[in-house]
Amino acid sequence: MKLRKLKKISRRNALQLIAVFSGTAVFPTISFAQSNQALDRINEITNGLGATESDIWLDLPEIAENGNQVKVSFEMDSPMTETDHIKTVYILADGNPSPNVAKFSFTPEMGSCSATTRMRLSKTQNVYLLAANNNEQFFMTYAKVKVTIGGCGG
Amino acid sequence: MSSIKPRVKVPKEVSIDEIVEIKTLIRHPMHSGRMKDPEGQTIPRQIINSFSAKFNGKEIFQMDLEPSISTNPYIVFQYKVKESGKFDFEWLDDNGEKYSISKEMIVS
Repeated sequence: MKLRKLKKISRRNALQLIAVFSGTAVFPTISFAQSNQALDRINEITNGLGATESDIWLDLPEIAENGNQVKVSFEMDSPMTETDHIKTVYILADGNPSPNVAKFSFTPEMGSCSATTRMRLSKTQNVYLLAANNNEQFFMTYAKVKVTIGGCGG
Repeated sequence: MSSIKPRVKVPKEVSIDEIVEIKTLIRHPMHSGRMKDPEGQTIPRQIINSFSAKFNGKEIFQMDLEPSISTNPYIVFQYKVKESGKFDFEWLDDNGEKYSISKEMIVS
C-alpha cells in the first residue's frame, strides 16, 4: 500500500519537495562557511602541505547522547618498523573551544598504531584525525558526530 | 591530592610477538577552565596534560592531553611483546604533581 502511495507523487509535488529541501539545506552551509579551526590547525601542523585523505579506521559514535564522554578509537595500517612507522596522531575537533583534543606519540615497539580514549564535544561537529609518519608524510580522515547534550561546560 | 589513583590493566601472562592491549584509567576531574561552580565562579583549569608509558626504562608511548579530554582520562594502547619486563606509567598534572604506577609482565 505504501509503495502505491509513493508512486502517486506528481511531478509538481516532487519539484516542490526538492525546493523545500534545498532551501533548508542552505542554512547549515552558512555556519560551515566560517573558518574551520581544525583544518587551520592541520595546515599549521603540516606547514601548509596538507594531508592526503586516506583509509584510517576512526571509530566514533554517529550520535553522542552525552558530549562529556565520547569514545574515540582509531587504527592505522602501518608496518611499525624503524624505517616506516606512524610517529604522531592528532585528534582535532572543529566545534570545540580549542581544536586540539589529543596528540599521541607512537614508537615502533608498539607493533600497531591503535589507541582509544574519551573526549568532550561541545556540539555537533566534525572530528579529524591527522597522522604523520617518520618520513613527514601526513594522512587524515574525519567523521561527523551529532551531539545531543554538549560537554565542555558553558 | 593523594586521592588520585591510577588503574592499569596489563595481561599477566603473554607470549612473544603477541600484541597486547593495555588499558589505563585515572581518576581526575580534568577541569577545562570553562566550567563554573554553583556560585558562578569559573573553576580554574587543572588537567592531566601528559601521559607516558615506559617498558624496561624505554619510552614506548606518550600522549599529550588537552582540556577536551573527558573527566577520568581513559587511554588504551597496544604493545608488541618481546620480553618479560616492567611497565612504568606516569601522568603529569597541571599543578606539577606526578602520578605513577608500575606493572610486571611475564612471558610464558
